[in-house]
Amino acid sequence: MLLIRCPYCAETLPELEFEYSGEAHIARPQNPSDEPDDQWKDYLFIRSNVRGEHAEQWRHTHGCGRYFNALRNTVSDKFITTYPMGETRPDINCAGEEKNEQLAR
Amino acid sequence: MNNWRVKGKGRINTNKTVSFTFDGTAYKGYEGDTVASALLANGVHLMGRSFKYHRPRGPVTAGSEEPNALIGTSRAGQGQFEPNTKATTQEIYQGLITTSQNKWPSLNFDIGEINDRLYRLFAAGFYYKTFMWPKSFWDKLYEPVIRATAGLGKAPSHDDPDTYASRYLHTDLLIVGAGPAGLAAALTAMKSGADVVLVDENPELGGSLLFENATTLNDQACDEWLAKAVAELAAAPNVRVLTRATAIGYYHENMVGVAEKLTDHLTRVPDGAPRERMWRIRAKEVILAQGAIERPLVFGNNDRPGVLMASAAQTYLNRFGVKVGDCAAVVTTHDSAWFAAFDLADAGVKIPVIVDLRQDASQDLQRGAAERGIAVRLGHTVATVKGRKRASGITICEVNAGSQSDAVSSIACDTVLMSGGWTPSLHLFSHTKGSLIWDEENEVFLPGEKTERCHIAGAGRGLWGQQQAFDDGKHAALEALSALGQSATPNAVNVRGDRTGTGVVMEELPGAGGGSAPRAFVDFQNDVCAKDIRLAVREGMRSIEHVKRFTTTGMATDQGKLSNMNGLKIAAKQLECPVPAVGLTTFRPPYTPTTFGSFAGYHKGELFEVTRKTNIDSWAEENAAVFESVSLWRRARYFPKVGEDMDAAVLRECRQTRASVGMFDASTLGKIEVVGPDAAEFMNRIYTNPWSKLAPGRCRYGLMLGEDGFIRDDGVIGRISQDRFHVTTTTGGAARVLTMMEHFLQTEWPELDVWLTSTTEQWSTIALNGPNARKVLEPFVTDADLSAEAFPHMALKECLVAGFEARVFRVSFTGELGFEVNVPAEHGRALWELLHEEGQKHGLCVYGTEAMHVMRAEKGYIIVGQETDGTVTPADAGLTWAIGKKKPDFVGKRSLSRPDMLQADRKQLIGLLTEDPNTVLEEGAQIVEVGDTAIPAKMLGHVTSSYWSSALNRSIALALVEGGHHRDGGAVDIPMPGKTHRANVTGTVFYDPEGERLNM
Repeated sequence: MLLIRCPYCAETLPELEFEYSGEAHIARPQNPSDEPDDQWKDYLFIRSNVRGEHAEQWRHTHGCGRYFNALRNTVSDKFITTYPMGETRPDINCAGEEKNEQLAR
Repeated sequence: MNNWRVKGKGRINTNKTVSFTFDGTAYKGYEGDTVASALLANGVHLMGRSFKYHRPRGPVTAGSEEPNALIGTSRAGQGQFEPNTKATTQEIYQGLITTSQNKWPSLNFDIGEINDRLYRLFAAGFYYKTFMWPKSFWDKLYEPVIRATAGLGKAPSHDDPDTYASRYLHTDLLIVGAGPAGLAAALTAMKSGADVVLVDENPELGGSLLFENATTLNDQACDEWLAKAVAELAAAPNVRVLTRATAIGYYHENMVGVAEKLTDHLTRVPDGAPRERMWRIRAKEVILAQGAIERPLVFGNNDRPGVLMASAAQTYLNRFGVKVGDCAAVVTTHDSAWFAAFDLADAGVKIPVIVDLRQDASQDLQRGAAERGIAVRLGHTVATVKGRKRASGITICEVNAGSQSDAVSSIACDTVLMSGGWTPSLHLFSHTKGSLIWDEENEVFLPGEKTERCHIAGAGRGLWGQQQAFDDGKHAALEALSALGQSATPNAVNVRGDRTGTGVVMEELPGAGGGSAPRAFVDFQNDVCAKDIRLAVREGMRSIEHVKRFTTTGMATDQGKLSNMNGLKIAAKQLECPVPAVGLTTFRPPYTPTTFGSFAGYHKGELFEVTRKTNIDSWAEENAAVFESVSLWRRARYFPKVGEDMDAAVLRECRQTRASVGMFDASTLGKIEVVGPDAAEFMNRIYTNPWSKLAPGRCRYGLMLGEDGFIRDDGVIGRISQDRFHVTTTTGGAARVLTMMEHFLQTEWPELDVWLTSTTEQWSTIALNGPNARKVLEPFVTDADLSAEAFPHMALKECLVAGFEARVFRVSFTGELGFEVNVPAEHGRALWELLHEEGQKHGLCVYGTEAMHVMRAEKGYIIVGQETDGTVTPADAGLTWAIGKKKPDFVGKRSLSRPDMLQADRKQLIGLLTEDPNTVLEEGAQIVEVGDTAIPAKMLGHVTSSYWSSALNRSIALALVEGGHHRDGGAVDIPMPGKTHRANVTGTVFYDPEGERLNM
């Protein structure tokens, strides 16, 4: 079971307390009615599905109840970092480079 | 009895005799025996039949890697039978009942053994190829026959009456395995400040020290040193020792699952004692000291009872005081089997020969053999084993003999000890996705890159001999302690008389090939032979994963603990490529088979999931309600009077409600309080309807979509004040709706000043419906006017009801005059009883969810999840009136104008009236065009709701049908078993379409 750090509670807690909530940093368009069909389709359905570091939303459902963002490696499953909602994605590894190797510790 | 016991040997308690039965025969053993050791002491080797060929089999190991000696075990009590227990690990206790498996009529004479003669028919892939055709034979002939004869053991026939415990544990250091390496690690870590947990699957600590005990440790006899070490660990306050505890899986972030057996060795189980306990241990550091597993050799008839691993024979002798035979031939590619031979010879077992495939062996070994008068054949191999239910001899030949028949000689024996070297046990390490590196020189996989904070010590990383294991365990502990910021004086162990050694790795033995040669088994449990693996490669399997699935090698309950490396070597040779290029199959948890009970733990029966009950539920129970489950809630479905079935009760409940008044417990409806200065704006964005102009004291039907435009939920929403909404949701949707609201509020609109609170369990909700509803409620309300003028449909009032602070909604889910009274949850039953008593003056009836469903369907009110399935838009459901046309945006609005959402042939909600009014359609029945009898017919949609309507005195139905809104007045066909029914398409409101009854 993964351990997840809630950036609001500032505690590292078992995965059981949390819920996954989809890819992060997909902003809802300001005026959806102005969106062309194609772009609205992308907003609705198209996700990056990366092999490597993935920015995603989680909720500390059985704790403070707040949503936050996380960077997680989809190969090793492990969390790299978590950060409060509204902050930009941290630049932890080389920009844009997938990190597929297992995380050596 | 016990003719094969060796006096003065073993760790069993010879003062305590234990009787048990095997296939109905009583046997005696000693406390400390396993079923296998006790049976072997009685000269019984034949313990089971194999899975496919039903060949006679005996134990081949003395531990948890056993593939052959699988038995059923049972206590006298019902439901305590367990199949596939390993005879080699099950401890005996007074009264234990054991049975052999895969035999009929008896273990000794088994009809299924015919498969063994027909083995050419049963080659790998046989089932895949043979039972393809004709297709119709599969259901009636092939599958039942295969199922009847296949399978390992018998499934238990009764519920398991035992209880299972589970517990979490946090520790600094977890050590898995208590052999020399694990013990050294624990003894070192014991002297630090760290919390240490040491687990081992055996009943006692020691690992290989339990059978390789001729050494001297720190100038003490091995057994003596071990006893002291065990005592020291037991006394250490910072060390917790778990025996009979198998680390079954290594999960993320150093969480290790440990299944501990608590009572399977006890004659009398203390009342209420759990049978097993599942530990979920989260350790900061983990040391894996699981040792190595001896590999079989692959030669003809290597599966005969009496053919064992050399180390197993050594274990039976030194740990259990049992000699596995009187005359044991040895065949090996590793030095360790020589030492096993020496131990057995010293205990009086005749060793006629040691056959070593290597051309050379050390002078020490050869001298040891000579001293004991053991003949040695270097550079020789075993061609085959004679004997069927018990080995009676072997034939051997020179490894390099051009033709094996030239040099064959026979040697009589009743037991054959084999050793093909040792495979480091890296199962748990593999669970972590740790990489394995192929060691070319020793031909083993060793641990490579780690993904977790773990250390592998001892034979697990290819180290051999007790001195190396002790030293390595100590180092691993120091490493782990240093990572923990701790230190300790290392616990040094000096070994004298260590039996180090080397070996080579063979695939199948040279004499084992050839079409007519006896079968040489790779996977004993699944009856996979060397030639099956070669066949798999010839038929095009290239990856070991494909070979595994084609032949089933390594797929048995032992997960290939013995067979994987041999199978891999044979496949690699056939493919003419190096072993690592063929790859290793993935080990997965659990390490050994684990009971479902220990995974379930306390989560069974009533504790499997919670049953939510309303405050009024107890009244329903006392009044003979029939209940149904709605999400986690238990709801009263109907209240039958004596002699009534469901139809009769529902008919009465509907009729009485429409004629006078009915009362319904609606407390399970989800409720969310939406509060704050921006509450109305938030509601505007979440729901399709407009909320800004809804006045406090009024309510409105609210419709919620997903961003994809499909209906997610609905409910009546009341505006309590300018900044406060009382939202109701569907019973099953409450949590989902709140989650969706929170998600948008926190991630998209953090600027909105709104608070969301789940109030589902704060309110008891009583619905009064029917023309006399007001008369029942009015006497309890003194501070508010409930008249139609002062309190119209879709209004709400905060007032006292029978002295309880209440929110009264004038709403209806039946189409009748209706009130929903919300009072603080704890007063629900009190108010219910008052209203019930008052209602008797007007013939009030209590109704359940079934009557509620019928009455709402008569009005065409949808139920989200019944009329909708996640692909239904507001237009499809006929709910465009609920959309605020002037609102610039709400969740899902943009999607409603996507091209696919505007197609005319979407499935749309319609009403159906069958031509025969007495026919009630099946919910879920498919709908086709009138007269379409083609097979398969084009399916236009399905029936979503279907009831007998008491109000209309006929059947009614709602359905989702392609282009349904354009079919009004037309007809469709509904094929059902036996008959195709015709129905006319109508609107969805069957009863009181003008809504006059709502406004009484």
